[in-house]
Amino acid sequence: MTYEFDFSVVWDNIGLLLDGALMTLQLSALSMVAATIIAVVTLQARTSRIAPARWIAIGYIEVIRNTPFLLQLYFFFFGLPSLGIRMSPNTAALVALALNGGAYAAEIMRGGVASIGKGQWEAGFALGLKPLQIFRYVIFTPAMRAIYPALTSQFILLLLTSSIASAISASELTAVAQRLDSVTFRSFEIYFIATAMYLIMSSIFTRLFNLLDRILFSYPIR
Amino acid sequence: MVRIFGLDDFILLLVGLQWTVLIAAVAFVGGAVGGLAIALCRVSPKRLLRLPAKYLIEIFQGTPLLMQLFLVYFGIGILGINVNPWVAISVAYTCHASAFLGEIWRGCIQAVPTGQSEAAFALSLSYRHRMRYIVLPQALRISLPATIGFLVQLIKGTSLASIVGFTELMRSGQYITNATYQPMIVYGVVGLMYFALCWPLSFWSTRMEHRMAAASR
Repeated sequence: MTYEFDFSVVWDNIGLLLDGALMTLQLSALSMVAATIIAVVTLQARTSRIAPARWIAIGYIEVIRNTPFLLQLYFFFFGLPSLGIRMSPNTAALVALALNGGAYAAEIMRGGVASIGKGQWEAGFALGLKPLQIFRYVIFTPAMRAIYPALTSQFILLLLTSSIASAISASELTAVAQRLDSVTFRSFEIYFIATAMYLIMSSIFTRLFNLLDRILFSYPIR
Repeated sequence: MVRIFGLDDFILLLVGLQWTVLIAAVAFVGGAVGGLAIALCRVSPKRLLRLPAKYLIEIFQGTPLLMQLFLVYFGIGILGINVNPWVAISVAYTCHASAFLGEIWRGCIQAVPTGQSEAAFALSLSYRHRMRYIVLPQALRISLPATIGFLVQLIKGTSLASIVGFTELMRSGQYITNATYQPMIVYGVVGLMYFALCWPLSFWSTRMEHRMAAASR
């Protein structure tokens, strides 16, 4: 083995990489919020009594879940301009991530809502709770508790997926790493540190979600 | 020169699809072997086996697949081995699949009631026989929906090989887009091909899951 590691390139440009990591955090946090909103709307449509709304929701979920994210990204960034819709790389990445996460989150939420039986509503009503109280204490909190682990690991997956946005040169961590690589040719060192940054970011999110879990969903219910 | 998307291009995409299927198949078979080893380490009573497997899984699940591809791709080069992209990609995807299948199967092995392996132990079956005849067959049945679900993830993940420069379905699509300037049509067709590959598997996986849920109720 004749290769000599040289991490000095990385330390000289650590500011750039950290900026990239910050962009990754912003991109994934924004897309998590947007994905949640999209998922709630999709879930409404998915369980709606209007058949076409149901079909559209099912079609959206199935198409997103059965095609690669990279393709969805190319479709938004390269395909849509031919219909006159132009987006900057960062916007296209955000839209693609939000729509991708939304489809998965909608499926997860559907499982959660289905786990709450109709008897719960009736029991809440029999105890003299108001509809909003029933929704908050009897339906929403237990449903959220049931889907929370799946939902948050989907969110972390969204953070990791955001690295693919480098393919359309959105300015997040992977794209910064690629640019550094093409200037310095220290591929392994740069990608090694970038990978470590992703690992740190995803474990920070994991900790944060676990903490929230303990605060929001611990027994007894307050 | 700009040409129109035609039959030749469609055939080119089919050739790309072949490579996509091949990468996924190699990674799945390799990942099944590696994943079984990791899962068995993960449920082992020995800390020395359990902990490394745990960290390995955490690293692979906490980093982007794209980064794993880059690291293996350039890492093999550093070792001084002449990298054939095909080999590098197979190694990278196999490692990825091993870690994920390892974690899925760990859960399934632990989902087999402990009474089963205690009974096997009471019958003085050896570790190998206990696993081979009692625990693993039951775990396999439990694991099928999640395993097929991961296969779908893997097939979609192979599209990232195009970023490292390997010509599979996604990359073929890019070439043809560059020649025809019809991204909507080309990526539409590419999407349909992925969908045709993934959707039946997803459907099968969901149906199996429902049937098992109904059976255990």
